[in-house]
Amino acid sequence: MRDNHKLVLVDGGLSDSAPSIQDEVAAIFAEVLGRPVQINGNTDIVEDLGMDSLAVMNFVMAIEDHYDISIPLDRITQVQTVADLIHAVSEARRGG
Amino acid sequence: MSILAKHAHYKAAYDALKDRGVDPANVRFDHVLSPTEGVLNGRRTILLGTNNYLGLTFDPECIERAVEATRSQGTGTTGSRVANGTYEGHAKLEQALADFYGRRHAMVFSTGYQANLGVLSALVGRGDHLLLDADSHASIYDGSRLGGAEVIRFRHNSPEDLHKRLKRLAGSPGERLIVVEGIYSMIGDTAPLREIAAIKRETGAYLLVDEAHSLGVLGATGRGLAEAAGVEADIDFIVGTFSKSLGSVGGFCVSDNADFEILRVVSRPYMFTASLPPGIIASTLEALAKIRAEPRLRTVLMRNAHRLYDGLNAMGFQTGPEANPIVAVAMPDEETAVTFWKMLLDAGLYLNLAVPPATPTNVRLLRTSVSAAHTDDQIDTALAIFADVGRQLGFLSADRRRAGAVI
Repeated sequence: MRDNHKLVLVDGGLSDSAPSIQDEVAAIFAEVLGRPVQINGNTDIVEDLGMDSLAVMNFVMAIEDHYDISIPLDRITQVQTVADLIHAVSEARRGG
Repeated sequence: MSILAKHAHYKAAYDALKDRGVDPANVRFDHVLSPTEGVLNGRRTILLGTNNYLGLTFDPECIERAVEATRSQGTGTTGSRVANGTYEGHAKLEQALADFYGRRHAMVFSTGYQANLGVLSALVGRGDHLLLDADSHASIYDGSRLGGAEVIRFRHNSPEDLHKRLKRLAGSPGERLIVVEGIYSMIGDTAPLREIAAIKRETGAYLLVDEAHSLGVLGATGRGLAEAAGVEADIDFIVGTFSKSLGSVGGFCVSDNADFEILRVVSRPYMFTASLPPGIIASTLEALAKIRAEPRLRTVLMRNAHRLYDGLNAMGFQTGPEANPIVAVAMPDEETAVTFWKMLLDAGLYLNLAVPPATPTNVRLLRTSVSAAHTDDQIDTALAIFADVGRQLGFLSADRRRAGAVI
Protein backbone atom coordinates (compact mmCIF):
# COMPACT_ATOMS: atom_id res chain seq x y z
CA MET A 1 0.00 0.00 0.00
CA ARG A 2 2.82 2.30 0.93
CA ASP A 3 4.56 1.70 -2.36
CA ASN A 4 1.38 2.64 -4.18
CA HIS A 5 1.25 5.92 -2.29
CA LYS A 6 4.76 6.70 -3.38
CA LEU A 7 4.12 5.88 -7.01
CA VAL A 8 1.13 8.17 -7.09
CA LEU A 9 3.06 10.97 -5.47
CA VAL A 10 6.16 10.62 -7.60
CA ASP A 11 4.47 10.04 -10.94
CA GLY A 12 1.35 12.04 -10.60
CA GLY A 13 2.68 14.87 -8.47
CA LEU A 14 0.93 16.18 -5.41
CA SER A 15 -2.79 16.76 -5.50
CA ASP A 16 -4.17 20.31 -5.72
CA SER A 17 -4.69 20.67 -2.01
CA ALA A 18 -1.28 19.27 -1.16
CA PRO A 19 0.93 22.37 -1.46
CA SER A 20 -1.01 24.22 1.23
CA ILE A 21 -0.83 21.20 3.51
CA GLN A 22 2.91 21.10 2.84
CA ASP A 23 3.27 24.73 3.90
CA GLU A 24 1.28 24.11 7.05
CA VAL A 25 3.24 20.97 7.81
CA ALA A 26 6.49 22.91 7.35
CA ALA A 27 5.25 25.53 9.82
CA ILE A 28 4.39 22.83 12.38
CA PHE A 29 7.78 21.17 11.86
CA ALA A 30 9.48 24.52 12.47
CA GLU A 31 7.44 25.07 15.62
CA VAL A 32 8.13 21.60 17.04
CA LEU A 33 11.82 21.58 16.11
CA GLY A 34 12.35 25.20 17.10
CA ARG A 35 14.08 26.07 13.84
CA PRO A 36 13.06 26.86 10.27
CA VAL A 37 13.02 23.83 7.98
CA GLN A 38 13.21 23.41 4.23
CA ILE A 39 11.07 20.50 3.18
CA ASN A 40 9.74 19.02 -0.01
CA GLY A 41 7.85 15.83 -0.76
CA ASN A 42 11.03 13.77 -0.77
CA THR A 43 12.31 15.01 2.59
CA ASP A 44 12.93 11.98 4.78
CA ILE A 45 11.54 12.86 8.20
CA VAL A 46 13.93 10.67 10.18
CA GLU A 47 17.07 11.01 8.07
CA ASP A 48 16.81 14.63 6.92
CA LEU A 49 15.07 16.24 9.87
CA GLY A 50 16.80 14.18 12.54
CA MET A 51 13.63 13.06 14.31
CA ASP A 52 13.45 9.68 16.00
CA SER A 53 10.34 7.51 15.90
CA LEU A 54 9.07 8.87 19.22
CA ALA A 55 9.54 12.46 18.07
CA VAL A 56 7.65 11.65 14.87
CA MET A 57 4.72 10.22 16.86
CA ASN A 58 4.64 13.32 19.04
CA PHE A 59 4.89 15.56 16.00
CA VAL A 60 1.94 13.78 14.44
CA MET A 61 -0.11 14.61 17.55
CA ALA A 62 0.44 18.31 16.76
CA ILE A 63 -0.62 17.68 13.15
CA GLU A 64 -3.73 15.85 14.34
CA ASP A 65 -4.72 18.76 16.54
CA HIS A 66 -4.08 21.30 13.80
CA TYR A 67 -6.42 19.52 11.40
CA ASP A 68 -8.70 18.01 14.03
CA ILE A 69 -8.10 14.55 12.62
CA SER A 70 -6.80 11.23 13.90
CA ILE A 71 -4.02 9.36 12.13
CA PRO A 72 -3.86 5.81 13.46
CA LEU A 73 -0.47 4.52 14.56
CA ASP A 74 -0.18 1.90 11.82
CA ARG A 75 -0.44 4.67 9.26
CA ILE A 76 2.18 6.76 11.06
CA THR A 77 4.64 3.87 10.89
CA GLN A 78 4.24 3.90 7.10
CA VAL A 79 5.26 7.53 6.94
CA GLN A 80 8.84 8.04 5.86
CA THR A 81 8.80 11.17 3.74
CA VAL A 82 6.94 14.46 3.88
CA ALA A 83 4.90 13.27 0.88
CA ASP A 84 3.87 10.18 2.87
CA LEU A 85 2.81 12.42 5.73
CA ILE A 86 0.81 14.74 3.49
CA HIS A 87 -0.89 11.72 2.00
CA ALA A 88 -1.78 10.40 5.47
CA VAL A 89 -3.18 13.81 6.44
CA SER A 90 -5.23 14.06 3.25
CA GLU A 91 -6.54 10.56 3.75
CA ALA A 92 -7.54 11.26 7.36
CA ARG A 93 -9.24 14.53 6.31
CA ARG A 94 -11.28 12.61 3.79
CA GLY A 95 -12.30 10.36 6.64
CA GLY A 96 -10.37 7.43 5.28
CA MET B 1 27.01 -6.11 9.39
CA SER B 2 24.46 -7.48 7.01
CA ILE B 3 20.94 -8.42 7.92
CA LEU B 4 21.29 -6.40 11.14
CA ALA B 5 22.62 -3.29 9.38
CA LYS B 6 19.22 -1.68 9.93
CA HIS B 7 20.15 -1.31 13.60
CA ALA B 8 23.37 0.57 12.88
CA HIS B 9 22.07 3.70 14.59
CA TYR B 10 21.38 1.81 17.84
CA LYS B 11 24.65 -0.08 17.56
CA ALA B 12 26.63 3.15 17.29
CA ALA B 13 24.92 4.57 20.38
CA TYR B 14 25.39 1.34 22.31
CA ASP B 15 29.05 1.01 21.28
CA ALA B 16 29.67 4.58 22.42
CA LEU B 17 28.34 3.65 25.87
CA LYS B 18 30.45 0.52 26.03
CA ASP B 19 33.52 2.53 25.01
CA ARG B 20 32.94 4.58 28.14
CA GLY B 21 32.98 1.41 30.19
CA VAL B 22 29.24 1.23 30.84
CA ASP B 23 26.71 -1.32 29.68
CA PRO B 24 23.50 -0.28 31.45
CA ALA B 25 21.37 -2.86 29.65
CA ASN B 26 23.59 -5.74 30.71
CA VAL B 27 24.75 -5.28 34.29
CA ARG B 28 26.11 -8.60 35.48
CA PHE B 29 25.77 -9.44 39.14
CA ASP B 30 28.10 -11.98 40.73
CA HIS B 31 25.34 -12.84 43.19
CA VAL B 32 22.01 -11.49 44.31
CA LEU B 33 21.98 -11.78 48.10
CA SER B 34 18.56 -10.46 49.08
CA PRO B 35 15.75 -8.27 47.70
CA THR B 36 17.92 -5.23 48.39
CA GLU B 37 21.51 -6.35 48.03
CA GLY B 38 23.73 -7.95 45.41
CA VAL B 39 27.40 -8.38 44.64
CA LEU B 40 28.73 -6.61 41.57
CA ASN B 41 32.37 -6.93 40.55
CA GLY B 42 33.11 -8.27 44.01
CA ARG B 43 31.46 -5.31 45.72
CA ARG B 44 28.31 -5.38 47.87
CA THR B 45 25.78 -3.19 46.10
CA ILE B 46 22.43 -1.79 47.19
CA LEU B 47 19.69 -2.76 44.74
CA LEU B 48 17.54 0.31 44.18
CA GLY B 49 16.18 -0.47 40.74
CA THR B 50 14.65 -3.94 40.60
CA ASN B 51 10.88 -3.31 41.10
CA ASN B 52 10.93 -5.68 44.08
CA TYR B 53 8.35 -3.52 45.83
CA LEU B 54 7.44 -5.78 48.71
CA GLY B 55 10.73 -7.66 48.92
CA LEU B 56 9.04 -11.05 48.57
CA THR B 57 11.66 -12.71 46.35
CA PHE B 58 13.40 -14.12 49.43
CA ASP B 59 10.33 -14.63 51.59
CA PRO B 60 10.89 -17.98 53.37
CA GLU B 61 7.30 -19.16 52.93
CA CYS B 62 7.17 -18.23 49.25
CA ILE B 63 10.44 -20.11 48.73
CA GLU B 64 9.12 -23.10 50.68
CA ARG B 65 5.93 -23.29 48.61
CA ALA B 66 7.98 -23.11 45.40
CA VAL B 67 10.30 -25.89 46.59
CA GLU B 68 7.41 -28.13 47.65
CA ALA B 69 5.58 -27.66 44.37
CA THR B 70 8.73 -28.27 42.35
CA ARG B 71 9.48 -31.46 44.26
CA SER B 72 5.96 -32.80 43.93
CA GLN B 73 5.05 -31.61 40.40
CA GLY B 74 8.33 -31.10 38.61
CA THR B 75 10.27 -28.18 37.21
CA GLY B 76 8.04 -27.27 34.28
CA THR B 77 4.84 -27.93 32.38
CA THR B 78 6.72 -28.45 29.08
CA GLY B 79 4.04 -26.71 27.09
CA SER B 80 0.90 -24.67 26.88
CA ARG B 81 -2.28 -25.26 28.83
CA VAL B 82 -4.09 -25.89 25.57
CA ALA B 83 -1.73 -28.74 24.73
CA ASN B 84 -0.57 -30.03 28.12
CA GLY B 85 -3.51 -29.20 30.31
CA THR B 86 -4.16 -27.00 33.31
CA TYR B 87 -2.47 -27.93 36.58
CA GLU B 88 -4.28 -27.56 39.88
CA GLY B 89 -2.05 -24.59 40.72
CA HIS B 90 -2.99 -22.64 37.58
CA ALA B 91 -6.67 -22.97 38.42
CA LYS B 92 -6.10 -22.11 42.09
CA LEU B 93 -4.11 -19.00 41.23
CA GLU B 94 -6.78 -17.82 38.80
CA GLN B 95 -9.41 -18.37 41.45
CA ALA B 96 -7.32 -16.49 44.03
CA LEU B 97 -6.83 -13.55 41.66
CA ALA B 98 -10.54 -13.38 40.81
CA ASP B 99 -11.34 -13.49 44.51
CA PHE B 100 -8.74 -10.82 45.37
CA TYR B 101 -10.20 -8.41 42.80
CA GLY B 102 -13.82 -9.44 43.37
CA ARG B 103 -14.19 -10.37 39.69
CA ARG B 104 -15.83 -13.28 37.95
CA HIS B 105 -12.93 -14.21 35.71
CA ALA B 106 -9.16 -14.36 35.86
CA MET B 107 -6.61 -15.61 33.40
CA VAL B 108 -2.91 -16.23 33.98
CA PHE B 109 -0.28 -15.56 31.32
CA SER B 110 3.36 -16.59 31.28
CA THR B 111 4.71 -13.04 31.63
CA GLY B 112 3.30 -9.58 32.20
CA TYR B 113 4.42 -8.64 28.70
CA GLN B 114 2.43 -11.53 27.27
CA ALA B 115 -0.61 -10.58 29.35
CA ASN B 116 -0.80 -7.26 27.51
CA LEU B 117 -0.15 -8.91 24.16
CA GLY B 118 -2.71 -11.63 24.85
CA VAL B 119 -5.44 -9.35 26.12
CA LEU B 120 -5.10 -6.41 23.75
CA SER B 121 -4.81 -8.61 20.66
CA ALA B 122 -8.03 -10.42 21.58
CA LEU B 123 -10.14 -7.51 22.85
CA VAL B 124 -9.86 -5.28 19.80
CA GLY B 125 -9.57 -6.15 16.15
CA ARG B 126 -9.96 -4.63 12.74
CA GLY B 127 -12.52 -1.84 12.82
CA ASP B 128 -12.11 -1.23 16.56
CA HIS B 129 -10.28 1.70 18.13
CA LEU B 130 -7.59 1.46 20.76
CA LEU B 131 -6.78 4.65 22.67
CA LEU B 132 -3.38 4.48 24.37
CA ASP B 133 -1.71 6.88 26.73
CA ALA B 134 1.34 8.16 24.85
CA ASP B 135 3.69 6.97 27.61
CA SER B 136 2.39 3.41 27.60
CA HIS B 137 4.75 0.51 28.22
CA ALA B 138 6.28 -1.28 25.24
CA SER B 139 4.10 -4.34 25.90
CA ILE B 140 0.99 -2.21 25.33
CA TYR B 141 2.36 -0.76 22.11
CA ASP B 142 3.41 -4.20 20.91
CA GLY B 143 0.07 -5.74 21.91
CA SER B 144 -1.77 -2.96 20.09
CA ARG B 145 -0.31 -4.09 16.78
CA LEU B 146 -1.35 -7.71 17.02
CA GLY B 147 -5.11 -7.35 16.71
CA GLY B 148 -5.32 -4.95 13.79
CA ALA B 149 -7.32 -2.26 15.59
CA GLU B 150 -6.79 1.40 14.79
CA VAL B 151 -4.44 2.77 17.44
CA ILE B 152 -4.72 6.37 18.58
CA ARG B 153 -2.31 7.88 21.13
CA PHE B 154 -3.49 10.53 23.55
CA ARG B 155 -1.24 12.91 25.49
CA HIS B 156 0.13 11.40 28.65
CA ASN B 157 -2.26 11.68 31.59
CA SER B 158 -4.48 14.15 29.76
CA PRO B 159 -8.19 13.30 30.08
CA GLU B 160 -8.98 16.36 27.92
CA ASP B 161 -6.85 15.06 25.10
CA LEU B 162 -8.39 11.60 25.42
CA HIS B 163 -11.85 13.15 25.29
CA LYS B 164 -10.98 15.16 22.20
CA ARG B 165 -9.65 12.08 20.40
CA LEU B 166 -12.70 10.02 21.32
CA LYS B 167 -14.93 12.82 20.02
CA ARG B 168 -13.12 12.69 16.68
CA LEU B 169 -14.16 9.06 16.42
CA ALA B 170 -17.84 9.90 16.85
CA GLY B 171 -19.90 8.21 14.19
CA SER B 172 -17.31 5.65 13.18
CA PRO B 173 -18.26 2.06 13.88
CA GLY B 174 -16.31 -0.31 16.12
CA GLU B 175 -15.59 -0.61 19.82
CA ARG B 176 -13.36 1.82 21.74
CA LEU B 177 -10.89 0.57 24.33
CA ILE B 178 -8.97 3.02 26.51
CA VAL B 179 -5.69 1.73 27.99
CA VAL B 180 -3.91 3.39 30.90
CA GLU B 181 -1.46 2.33 33.60
CA GLY B 182 -1.81 2.53 37.37
CA ILE B 183 1.71 3.80 37.97
CA TYR B 184 3.80 4.73 34.94
CA SER B 185 7.04 2.83 35.03
CA MET B 186 9.49 5.58 34.19
CA ILE B 187 8.46 8.60 36.25
CA GLY B 188 6.25 6.92 38.83
CA ASP B 189 3.21 9.13 38.24
CA THR B 190 -0.33 7.75 38.46
CA ALA B 191 -3.12 8.02 35.88
CA PRO B 192 -5.95 10.52 36.59
CA LEU B 193 -8.27 7.56 36.76
CA ARG B 194 -11.42 9.24 38.11
CA GLU B 195 -11.48 11.67 35.18
CA ILE B 196 -10.68 8.93 32.69
CA ALA B 197 -13.42 6.72 34.15
CA ALA B 198 -15.90 9.60 33.72
CA ILE B 199 -14.92 9.90 30.04
CA LYS B 200 -15.29 6.16 29.62
CA ARG B 201 -18.84 6.36 31.03
CA GLU B 202 -19.75 9.35 28.87
CA THR B 203 -18.45 7.86 25.63
CA GLY B 204 -19.39 4.23 26.15
CA ALA B 205 -15.81 3.06 25.74
CA TYR B 206 -14.23 0.12 27.55
CA LEU B 207 -11.43 0.80 30.02
CA LEU B 208 -8.36 -1.35 30.73
CA VAL B 209 -5.88 -0.51 33.48
CA ASP B 210 -2.44 -2.07 33.66
CA GLU B 211 -1.67 -2.26 37.38
CA ALA B 212 1.80 -3.81 36.89
CA HIS B 213 3.52 -1.30 39.17
CA SER B 214 0.57 -0.59 41.46
CA LEU B 215 -0.61 -4.08 42.49
CA GLY B 216 0.33 -4.55 46.12
CA VAL B 217 1.41 -0.91 46.21
CA LEU B 218 -1.71 1.29 45.99
CA GLY B 219 -5.22 0.94 47.42
CA ALA B 220 -6.50 0.04 50.86
CA THR B 221 -6.10 -3.67 50.19
CA GLY B 222 -3.37 -3.45 47.54
CA ARG B 223 -5.57 -3.88 44.48
CA GLY B 224 -3.95 -0.90 42.82
CA LEU B 225 -4.86 2.53 41.50
CA ALA B 226 -8.44 1.62 40.61
CA GLU B 227 -9.06 0.79 44.26
CA ALA B 228 -7.21 3.88 45.49
CA ALA B 229 -9.22 6.12 43.14
CA GLY B 230 -12.51 4.42 44.05
CA VAL B 231 -13.44 3.59 40.44
CA GLU B 232 -13.09 -0.19 40.30
CA ALA B 233 -16.63 -0.58 38.99
CA ASP B 234 -15.68 1.42 35.89
CA ILE B 235 -12.68 -0.73 35.00
CA ASP B 236 -13.60 -3.46 32.54
CA PHE B 237 -10.23 -5.20 32.48
CA ILE B 238 -7.32 -5.15 34.90
CA VAL B 239 -3.96 -6.45 33.72
CA GLY B 240 -1.00 -7.03 35.99
CA THR B 241 2.20 -8.89 36.59
CA PHE B 242 3.66 -11.31 39.15
CA SER B 243 7.20 -10.09 38.56
CA LYS B 244 7.14 -6.99 40.72
CA SER B 245 5.31 -6.95 44.06
CA LEU B 246 4.65 -10.71 43.88
CA GLY B 247 8.31 -11.53 43.40
CA SER B 248 8.09 -14.20 40.69
CA VAL B 249 7.20 -14.07 36.99
CA GLY B 250 3.95 -14.14 35.03
CA GLY B 251 0.98 -11.95 34.19
CA PHE B 252 -2.78 -11.92 34.51
CA CYS B 253 -6.03 -10.29 33.52
CA VAL B 254 -9.24 -10.12 35.58
CA SER B 255 -12.67 -9.04 34.41
CA ASP B 256 -16.42 -9.37 34.89
CA ASN B 257 -17.06 -9.53 31.17
CA ALA B 258 -19.45 -12.41 30.54
CA ASP B 259 -17.58 -13.64 27.46
CA PHE B 260 -14.13 -13.39 29.00
CA GLU B 261 -13.32 -17.11 28.90
CA ILE B 262 -13.28 -17.07 25.09
CA LEU B 263 -9.82 -15.51 25.42
CA ARG B 264 -8.49 -18.99 26.20
CA VAL B 265 -9.06 -20.08 22.64
CA VAL B 266 -8.50 -16.85 20.73
CA SER B 267 -5.59 -15.22 22.54
CA ARG B 268 -2.49 -16.47 20.76
CA PRO B 269 0.05 -15.22 23.34
CA TYR B 270 -1.88 -17.37 25.85
CA MET B 271 -2.35 -20.41 23.64
CA PHE B 272 1.01 -20.78 21.99
CA THR B 273 3.45 -20.49 24.85
CA ALA B 274 4.44 -22.70 27.77
CA SER B 275 2.42 -22.20 30.93
CA LEU B 276 4.07 -21.21 34.19
CA PRO B 277 5.87 -23.99 36.11
CA PRO B 278 4.39 -25.28 39.40
CA GLY B 279 7.08 -23.65 41.55
CA ILE B 280 6.33 -20.17 40.17
CA ILE B 281 2.59 -20.66 40.55
CA ALA B 282 3.01 -21.82 44.17
CA SER B 283 5.23 -18.91 45.27
CA THR B 284 2.91 -16.44 43.52
CA LEU B 285 -0.11 -17.85 45.35
CA GLU B 286 1.71 -17.47 48.65
CA ALA B 287 2.83 -13.92 47.78
CA LEU B 288 -0.74 -12.95 46.88
CA ALA B 289 -1.90 -14.28 50.23
CA LYS B 290 0.78 -12.16 51.91
CA ILE B 291 -0.35 -9.00 50.13
CA ARG B 292 -3.80 -9.62 51.56
CA ALA B 293 -2.64 -10.62 55.03
CA GLU B 294 0.12 -8.08 55.56
CA PRO B 295 -0.96 -4.52 54.75
CA ARG B 296 2.03 -3.44 56.83
CA LEU B 297 4.24 -4.19 53.81
CA ARG B 298 2.52 -1.38 51.89
CA THR B 299 2.85 1.01 54.80
CA VAL B 300 6.57 0.35 55.07
CA LEU B 301 6.96 0.59 51.28
CA MET B 302 5.31 4.01 51.10
CA ARG B 303 7.28 5.23 54.10
CA ASN B 304 10.49 4.15 52.35
CA ALA B 305 9.35 5.76 49.10
CA HIS B 306 8.78 9.06 50.92
CA ARG B 307 12.13 8.81 52.67
CA LEU B 308 13.95 8.54 49.33
CA TYR B 309 11.72 10.99 47.43
CA ASP B 310 11.81 13.65 50.13
CA GLY B 311 15.54 13.16 50.66
CA LEU B 312 16.35 13.62 46.98
CA ASN B 313 14.09 16.66 46.69
CA ALA B 314 15.60 18.23 49.79
CA MET B 315 19.01 17.98 48.12
CA GLY B 316 17.67 19.82 45.09
CA PHE B 317 17.31 16.92 42.68
CA GLN B 318 14.39 17.08 40.31
CA THR B 319 12.09 14.09 40.68
CA GLY B 320 8.71 13.01 39.31
CA PRO B 321 5.47 14.61 40.52
CA GLU B 322 4.48 12.01 43.13
CA ALA B 323 6.19 10.09 45.94
CA ASN B 324 5.60 6.56 44.76
CA PRO B 325 7.90 3.53 44.92
CA ILE B 326 9.26 4.54 41.52
CA VAL B 327 11.37 7.64 42.10
CA ALA B 328 12.99 9.08 38.98
CA VAL B 329 15.69 11.74 39.03
CA ALA B 330 15.91 13.95 35.94
CA MET B 331 19.26 14.40 34.27
CA PRO B 332 20.02 17.40 32.03
CA ASP B 333 21.53 15.35 29.20
CA GLU B 334 22.56 11.85 28.27
CA GLU B 335 26.26 12.42 28.91
CA THR B 336 25.62 13.52 32.49
CA ALA B 337 23.08 10.74 33.02
CA VAL B 338 25.59 8.08 31.98
CA THR B 339 28.41 9.56 34.08
CA PHE B 340 26.15 9.94 37.11
CA TRP B 341 24.83 6.39 36.75
CA LYS B 342 28.33 4.89 36.48
CA MET B 343 29.57 6.82 39.52
CA LEU B 344 26.59 5.60 41.57
CA LEU B 345 27.30 2.03 40.49
CA ASP B 346 31.00 2.33 41.32
CA ALA B 347 29.98 3.62 44.75
CA GLY B 348 27.77 0.57 45.38
CA LEU B 349 24.31 1.75 44.30
CA TYR B 350 22.43 0.01 41.49
CA LEU B 351 19.51 1.67 39.73
CA ASN B 352 18.28 2.08 36.15
CA LEU B 353 19.65 4.42 33.54
CA ALA B 354 16.63 5.34 31.43
CA VAL B 355 17.04 7.21 28.18
CA PRO B 356 14.87 7.64 25.07
CA PRO B 357 13.20 5.78 23.45
CA ALA B 358 12.37 3.93 26.70
CA THR B 359 11.46 7.22 28.35
CA PRO B 360 9.13 10.03 27.31
CA THR B 361 10.64 12.39 24.75
CA ASN B 362 13.84 14.16 25.73
CA VAL B 363 13.78 12.87 29.31
CA ARG B 364 16.90 11.25 30.74
CA LEU B 365 16.38 9.60 34.07
CA LEU B 366 18.07 7.81 36.88
CA ARG B 367 15.19 5.55 37.80
CA THR B 368 14.98 4.03 41.24
CA SER B 369 12.46 1.62 42.67
CA VAL B 370 12.05 1.34 46.41
CA SER B 371 11.24 -1.83 48.35
CA ALA B 372 9.53 -2.46 51.65
CA ALA B 373 12.61 -4.56 52.35
CA HIS B 374 14.97 -1.58 52.23
CA THR B 375 16.18 -0.56 55.66
CA ASP B 376 16.38 3.08 56.71
CA ASP B 377 20.14 2.66 56.67
CA GLN B 378 20.12 1.49 53.06
CA ILE B 379 17.99 4.42 51.93
CA ASP B 380 20.14 6.86 53.86
CA THR B 381 23.25 5.30 52.33
CA ALA B 382 21.67 5.65 48.88
CA LEU B 383 20.90 9.31 49.61
CA ALA B 384 24.46 9.89 50.82
CA ILE B 385 25.86 8.34 47.62
CA PHE B 386 23.53 10.54 45.53
CA ALA B 387 24.71 13.59 47.48
CA ASP B 388 28.35 12.68 47.04
CA VAL B 389 28.11 12.06 43.30
CA GLY B 390 25.85 15.09 42.91
CA ARG B 391 28.45 17.30 44.54
CA GLN B 392 31.24 15.90 42.38
CA LEU B 393 29.24 16.62 39.24
CA GLY B 394 28.21 20.09 40.37
CA PHE B 395 24.56 19.31 40.93
CA LEU B 396 24.33 20.48 44.48
CA SER B 397 26.11 23.80 44.13
CA ALA B 398 24.44 27.17 44.58
CA ASP B 399 22.35 26.55 41.51
CA ARG B 400 20.19 23.79 42.90
CA ARG B 401 18.04 23.72 39.81
CA ARG B 402 20.81 22.39 37.61
CA ALA B 403 19.33 18.99 38.13
CA GLY B 404 17.77 19.33 34.77
CA ALA B 405 14.65 19.26 32.76
CA VAL B 406 11.27 19.37 34.39
CA ILE B 407 9.56 16.01 34.30
